[in-house]
Amino acid sequence: MKTLWNNYRYLILRRFTQISILVLYFGANAWGWNILQGNLSSSSIFGLIPMSDPYAVAQMLVAGAMLTTDLLIGATIVVLFYMIVGGRSFCSWVCPINMITDLANFTREKIGINKLTGVKQPASRKIRYWVIALSLIISAIMGVTAFEFISPISMVHRGLVFGLGFGWAAMLVIFLFDLFVLKNGWCGHICPLGGFYSILGKYSLIRVHHDAEKCTGCMDCKVVCPENQVLSMINKESLPVLSGECTNCARCIEVCNDDALGFSVRNLIKNNKTGE
Amino acid sequence: MKKKQVTDRRKFILNMARGVGIAAISGFMWSAYIDEATASQLLLRPPGAIKEDDFLRTCIKCGLCVEACPYDTLLLAKPGDKKPLGTPYFTPREVPCYMCPDIPCVPVCPTGALDESSVTTDGKLDITIADMGVAVIDEDSCIAFWGIQCDACYRACPILGEAITVEYSKNERTGKHAFLKPIVHADACTGCGLCERACVTEKAAIFVRPREVVQGKAGDYYIKGWDKNDEKRLKNAKEIKTTTELSKEKAQDKLNGNFLEDMY
Repeated sequence: MKTLWNNYRYLILRRFTQISILVLYFGANAWGWNILQGNLSSSSIFGLIPMSDPYAVAQMLVAGAMLTTDLLIGATIVVLFYMIVGGRSFCSWVCPINMITDLANFTREKIGINKLTGVKQPASRKIRYWVIALSLIISAIMGVTAFEFISPISMVHRGLVFGLGFGWAAMLVIFLFDLFVLKNGWCGHICPLGGFYSILGKYSLIRVHHDAEKCTGCMDCKVVCPENQVLSMINKESLPVLSGECTNCARCIEVCNDDALGFSVRNLIKNNKTGE
Repeated sequence: MKKKQVTDRRKFILNMARGVGIAAISGFMWSAYIDEATASQLLLRPPGAIKEDDFLRTCIKCGLCVEACPYDTLLLAKPGDKKPLGTPYFTPREVPCYMCPDIPCVPVCPTGALDESSVTTDGKLDITIADMGVAVIDEDSCIAFWGIQCDACYRACPILGEAITVEYSKNERTGKHAFLKPIVHADACTGCGLCERACVTEKAAIFVRPREVVQGKAGDYYIKGWDKNDEKRLKNAKEIKTTTELSKEKAQDKLNGNFLEDMY
């Protein structure tokens, strides 16, 4: 039991926050709760504090929409929050798609697809930045929020809160894509929202720090990491994970048996030696 | 060493070109989908909704209006609904807008896609000036136009006697009965759809459509000379000049010449 908690504590906490957030949103629509109303695109806490998806707001801006103060305050709150806890903590602690892609990844490992395909991935992790650029160009030309009309994240989340329709198809497609086509395909390669939070995450405060002194080089962390390119310093240097693509999911921390990884607040004063 | 540099650069250019190619393909498919998905002109928006084009870029699809609606009138378009995904709409035949005086759905909108000022008169929320659409009557299937007495829509209308009135006329067929025909007054109608909900025919003979869909436009050439307000339209009147082969010469010259020859 103790090892279970030790090896899965962050995973359990993440599932807890992901599901609680979903339940709160669901309750707002179904039973009129006012703790968290709306959905991940825009919501309000206790009908008072606005929160808005900054990437959706960026698309609205280029699409030529008038931006209200509420919306700008909401987006600022979200940006500031993720600047502190790590940009892509949204991905691993809030986003409902994460549960689908984690399941796909788990199944992939269990049925041995990873062994067949090897480490080399057939697609670039930079695709997401291309998708961001494309979404902004299309938003500007078509005058609508381009990604918001195809986003499986909002489709699924909105679906779970307001009624799914054919939204299950989006879930299935992402699951199959991640399972058979590309490891960490959606979250780690394509999703522009993840890309957007990666850019934010470059500057965020809470980081995974690595202690190379303690590291025995078992590479368990790299196996479990959904964005393992961010762990390039493992067993080499005592550096924090500075890439914004790290989702702060903390799987690396809990699988490490040598206590060589842990959360910490980054130094605000730049230190040339550690890159911090 | 020199050779390798060239290959690297070529590789880089090839990769970029590949990226651009894939981006172009997906960009076209993406925009084509959006063009189709946003083409629907027939759906009814919540009260206070701004113009459809602006609405599509401004609505963030959060569903706060849907949650605020006490009658479950408003829905968010789901995949498969064949409506712009995630945007709020309502289907009056199922659940109409009950025109709450405090309009809970509008002030909660974070983006201004539902514009509070468009449903405010003298600093107070006023649902009667909302413009969700206009009720239209299909006279062929409306039984009141057949001569059967029915005033379901008239009674259901929340702006009773203003948005729908009943017009009496003689039923020439029987010679002794009257027609009680419902007439919609587009200027007063808010498009709430209570009439559509109340209509007794199998498929509603009175139904709400967005105003732009059902209304024509006389244009600047026609002005009600007897109406001072209508004359104001002349201020922004535009002239459209068409030039054809005929308009090259003056009309008199044309008539004085042998225009008959041209015709035959």
